[in-house]
Amino acid sequence: MSDIAKNDAEKPATPEAPRRRSWFAILPLVAFLALGALFYFRLGAGDPNQLPSALIGRPAPQTSLPPLEGLNAAGANVPGIQSSDFNGSVTLVNVFASWCIPCAEEAPLFVQLAKDKRVRVVGINYKDAPDNARRFLGRYGNPYQAVGVDASGRTAIEWGVYGVPETFIVGKDGKIAYKLVGPLTPDNIDSIMRVQIEKALKAGA
Amino acid sequence: MIPELGHYALILALAIALVQSVVPLVGARSGDAVLMDVGTKAAFAQFLLVAFSFGCLTYSYVVSDFSVQTTFENSHTMMPMIYKVTSLWGNHEGSMLLWVLILTVFGALVAAFSSNVPASLKATVLAVQSWIAGLFYLFILITSNPFARLDPAPIQGRDLNPILQDFGLAIHPPLLYIGYVGFSISFSFAVAALIEGRIDAAWARWVRPWVLLAWIFLTLGIAMGSYWAYYTLGWGGWWYWDPVENASFMPWLAGTALLHSALVMEKREALKVWTILLAILTFSLSLIGTFIVRSGVLTSVHAFASDPARGVFILFILVLLIGGALSLYSLRASSLKQGGLFAPISREGALVLNNLLLSTACATVFVGTLYPIALEALTGAKISVGAPFFNATFAPLFVPLLLAMPFGPLLAWKRGDLKGATQRLTFAFVAAVIGFVVAFAIAGQPVVALLAIGLAAYVIVGASAEFLERTALFRGPLGVSLNRAKGLPRSTWGTMFAHLGLGVTLLGIVCESAWGVEKIGAFRPGDDIPVAGYELKFEGISMRAGPNYQEQVGTLEVFLGGRSIAVMEPSKRAFAARGMGSTQSALLSRGVTQLYVALGDSNPDGTTTIRAYYKPLVLLIWIGGLVMAFGGALSLSDRRLRVGSPKLAKNRAAAQTG
Repeated sequence: MSDIAKNDAEKPATPEAPRRRSWFAILPLVAFLALGALFYFRLGAGDPNQLPSALIGRPAPQTSLPPLEGLNAAGANVPGIQSSDFNGSVTLVNVFASWCIPCAEEAPLFVQLAKDKRVRVVGINYKDAPDNARRFLGRYGNPYQAVGVDASGRTAIEWGVYGVPETFIVGKDGKIAYKLVGPLTPDNIDSIMRVQIEKALKAGA
Repeated sequence: MIPELGHYALILALAIALVQSVVPLVGARSGDAVLMDVGTKAAFAQFLLVAFSFGCLTYSYVVSDFSVQTTFENSHTMMPMIYKVTSLWGNHEGSMLLWVLILTVFGALVAAFSSNVPASLKATVLAVQSWIAGLFYLFILITSNPFARLDPAPIQGRDLNPILQDFGLAIHPPLLYIGYVGFSISFSFAVAALIEGRIDAAWARWVRPWVLLAWIFLTLGIAMGSYWAYYTLGWGGWWYWDPVENASFMPWLAGTALLHSALVMEKREALKVWTILLAILTFSLSLIGTFIVRSGVLTSVHAFASDPARGVFILFILVLLIGGALSLYSLRASSLKQGGLFAPISREGALVLNNLLLSTACATVFVGTLYPIALEALTGAKISVGAPFFNATFAPLFVPLLLAMPFGPLLAWKRGDLKGATQRLTFAFVAAVIGFVVAFAIAGQPVVALLAIGLAAYVIVGASAEFLERTALFRGPLGVSLNRAKGLPRSTWGTMFAHLGLGVTLLGIVCESAWGVEKIGAFRPGDDIPVAGYELKFEGISMRAGPNYQEQVGTLEVFLGGRSIAVMEPSKRAFAARGMGSTQSALLSRGVTQLYVALGDSNPDGTTTIRAYYKPLVLLIWIGGLVMAFGGALSLSDRRLRVGSPKLAKNRAAAQTG
């Protein structure tokens, strides 16, 4: 190969004409502006830590939890939870534990919700000791018509629980209609929870 | 009173930044030396004011002044003094103050140590630097005021997050921030050069020490953060591809590419487009990282309390700075004259390959980190991208890079001799084979790990190939070699150690991932836990009290071959103030290998969950990082970086048009 040909062959692979280079030069800016737009829209999109439930619209998982020993209400033992009980009425399934501080804060609100006789309120006692659970319910009030003990947390895994407290609304057909992540608060009890309960009640009718 | 003084100092710094943003630029345009010098004086003033402000905040932490809101939220009277001081930067507001402090430190350093930089360029650089500073002062003063007061003042603070009450908090954030913010200098230089319209080899020479300085600290910061996560999180992992970790890794990758690119530009005036773009992108990645961590768009264990309002402000800063710089780039890029030609097989060619691979790796990490956001915006699906993706994409990009790395220093500029370079790397190839065989003899499988050991050996020996070549070691009398070694430029030593450090880290990563042993179980006192040849005898649990916590301590006696060699005491701490806990794992170092034990929960049946790990050669991961940083420091102390040649540069600059 002659020297001239060799030089030509060795030219670095960058665009040669300045005009072409300016088109490439604007690419990083365009890419960045697209990224900026993406960030802007995601900023208002809510808390990324809140994961939606994958079970919404699907039947509630097979659940068979033993009752909490020694827990009585109106003179009788409070039963455990069977998923067959979900059919026929709207059920609020609240995952709680005695060691969970927000659960203590939401307990009075659940007592209030339980006064609505159209819904059945049940609780899953998650990774707890029976003594502590009884003490918790004694101290803050027992809104639950049934309490299932999930000491290992296996059932909660089936339900997709990743934190405590969480509350599920199970419709009359036994399918999960809604999941509230985090505690019930005076803010969301009316604006979210009651609204969803009404929706579930209407859906079954 | 003192917090108010600190607050006022910050406002004054903003005022000075406004002055410094405009006046030196005017001076540079009109050639007025007095106006340009305002930049230098203003940079010193900014540094003094922000340092004073930082000092005021430190004072309120030291005396536990809980009338200052951030002190109340992050401190506690019973906390040891070192944590009182370091918890200043363990939260959003304080860490932003640390950020701008380091920004002003760098501004002052540039003002002080740029005697060989032309006055107009220096003035423009300082002006750009204060655009950045000014925007961040605004951000702090408007959305994240660390001096906000509480009335009435609480008696006791809310304590620092227990996981942060560790020596790592004293080291990791400052090192990391020096790295992040250090790259703002190369950004300022790049933007200043684009404004001035003069980009040449001399510019690359002036920029490189700053890039090197930032790179060294970023390397140390990432290594330290990784080690801290390793011993504090209790699972023996040291890298999770967490968005915030990636946010620090991306500037490192881009910064490494920038470092090498600037080298080519300094020597051969080639790769100008690459270098300028990388200089802008590296700091842009730092800024995007700041955004990701503090805005709440991504879930992460590291994220500060997220606040979309702050996110919008940071986004605004991003658009101004990055958008502005990239606009300037797109306007001026066409005027960058192409420099020296070179053959594909040459040192420049090798460095172009290096740039390509590192940039692609950086882009891969970028895509993986932001993919969840993009997908959710487009389809609403929430996914997470983690180790499987990054392992599948990042590792294959790094293998060719590591293979090519020893070749780079051995190839000549402009036109390299590949055959000669290969011959000079014979030792390295031999080392690779020996590494493979030794690993096979010890462990046997998996094959990928054995190959990786060979690769690591190749990199380590290959890194010293240039050194061996230039000192003619083993080829002549030892005295001659020693003399040659003394005369070698420090940058050659630096290159050797930096590349060698990478091989050491690779060795540590391979051994720990492939041959680590894990034993998790529920044990009673008196049980024996066998782990990779060691016997851990679980003695029991005891309770201890610390300054601001209650500690549950497990005692395990370690036996090797029947002999007791150590006692390990992993523990769990419960901090009353926050109602949170932390795990303290127990580490036993046997050379660079470690035994790692962490305490789990106590179960109702009287057993305790214990996690025991055997981690072969794991310390090499971070020792490699230290060696890399050491190599960088050697390079930084090279004489040629301190002795400039302004006359030659000015002539070359005059000959350059556009």
